Amino acid sequence: QKVSVEVLDHLEHLALVDFRDSEGVERLQKAIQFADQLQEVNTDGVEPMDSVLEDRWCLYLREDDVTEGNCTKELLENAREKLEEYFVAPPGNIPLPKLEERETFLQGS
Amino acid sequence: LAPWIPVVGLEIHAQISSNSKLFSGSQVQFAAPPNSLVSFFDASLPGTLPVLNRRCVEAAVMTGLALNCSINKKSLFDRKHYFYADLPAGYQITQQRVPIAVNGSLSYSLCIDNKMSQMVTKTVRIKQIQLEQDSGKSLHDDTRCQTLVDLNRAGVGLMEVVMEPDMCCGEEAAAAVRELQLILQTLGSSQAVMAEGQLRVDANVSVHHPGEPYGVRTEVKNINSIRFLAKAVDYEIQRQIEELENGGTILNETRAFDSKLGCTVPMRDKEGKQDYRFMPEPNLPPLILYDTKSLPANMNHQQVINIDWIQERLPDLPSVKREKLVEQYGILPEHSFTLLNEDGLAEFFESVVKQTQMKPKKVIGWILNDLLSYLKQHSLTVKESPVSSILLADLLNLLEKKEISSTAAKRVLAELWKGEGKTPLEIVKEQKLELLQDQKELEQICQAVIDGQENEVIMMVLG
Repeated sequence: QKVSVEVLDHLEHLALVDFRDSEGVERLQKAIQFADQLQEVNTDGVEPMDSVLEDRWCLYLREDDVTEGNCTKELLENAREKLEEYFVAPPGNIPLPKLEERETFLQGS
Repeated sequence: LAPWIPVVGLEIHAQISSNSKLFSGSQVQFAAPPNSLVSFFDASLPGTLPVLNRRCVEAAVMTGLALNCSINKKSLFDRKHYFYADLPAGYQITQQRVPIAVNGSLSYSLCIDNKMSQMVTKTVRIKQIQLEQDSGKSLHDDTRCQTLVDLNRAGVGLMEVVMEPDMCCGEEAAAAVRELQLILQTLGSSQAVMAEGQLRVDANVSVHHPGEPYGVRTEVKNINSIRFLAKAVDYEIQRQIEELENGGTILNETRAFDSKLGCTVPMRDKEGKQDYRFMPEPNLPPLILYDTKSLPANMNHQQVINIDWIQERLPDLPSVKREKLVEQYGILPEHSFTLLNEDGLAEFFESVVKQTQMKPKKVIGWILNDLLSYLKQHSLTVKESPVSSILLADLLNLLEKKEISSTAAKRVLAELWKGEGKTPLEIVKEQKLELLQDQKELEQICQAVIDGQENEVIMMVLG
């Protein structure tokens, strides 16, 4: 079962990943096939496992103390663009160009 | 024309009142220099991990218990993915599969016919309460076509309270939220001040004909006060009814409330249906809560949250406080509502009652009619009142001992509002407002008046 163009397009929008060419799509197909093997195991009546440590992994609870912060300068060092201690971002999400407009080659089903 | 049944549900986000954030140790504070209350984790720098704040869990448990919920002894954390500049990780940590509390209820009261004299009690089911992270703040700079991002709020703990669509109009929604606000403030789990973004409400609205399935619902956001909540909901109900009666359809969309225009408008920037790709948060194991029965023997005290321990220490909720006021002081239920609706008013009332011989049933009139209306007129809170409970009590004592008349008392009160530091007794003496008790003196005065008005007296006697 091949991945349809619509699903591919949907995935690219969601994950902002560009599958670029037919090789990329083929690799995706193979990855899905590989993961699908999980479906062969009958898990009826089995609780999903959250951790291999099971009951022994307790979620650590931290005391409500202020121990971090106050590193504006350091954080802003990573910003491509800043304005008076604010990070600068585009006015809204920049949508992925529509399927037809993209230069990259997409081969679907 | 077939009648319409409006259906209103609410999603409420309450900021948890805590010193530090949900998963990091940076401070929670309203106004601070941009990006000064941000840790490496909040900024989603690689290699950082979430560490759960105990206080946030306790706040959620308290709130769940106060809302009659079942507390899930095992709850899970998940990632909700979407892209936005104020969500640096590209996902929000929330509780989608198994939240911390489920299946509760909230009772609230409404006045019928706008009169305070008839109140009716309603209930709304609480679907669930979940712990989740707040996002940062985006400031839109349209002139320079950019967004400025401040991450101070990113990672602050939120309790999302989901109310089932059991409400039918703006008034009910507003009353339910008001009661929730009072409960949260009483518990201290959230300060719930809407103006500071500590309480955010989204309304889900739809309409349908009786007997038919529920209509398509819209989500209304950008509601900044309880008053606007009522307006937004009522507007949206009307809009949907008109649209449907004109043969149109309702889109399953998100709309923003425009408080200036008093209407809802479609929100831009919604790229079709969102797919959040929920997945378990791999860096956090399940959150396990205990009660007295299941308390583990050898665990570090600090790592254990005991639901029963929290339950025992819950303060009196507003509904209980009101009942106690009615029972203890013989005031009406409507009175107790007003007392609790104003911050500090109930305490003021009780303080006055303690210091005066006047019966509480009479005192309440002075509190609700005279004191409260004055405060409202001058936009003052109870704490800012120029008339303290001691001064009012002194005044009421003079009235109770019949040293002054009721009319005189109101005059003294008017003088007291000036806040010049005079006591009621001083004002009474200054303005000569004392009631005369001496029979002889009274007779003399009456006689003098009659003597001075001979003609009028003759007219009266002749009929």
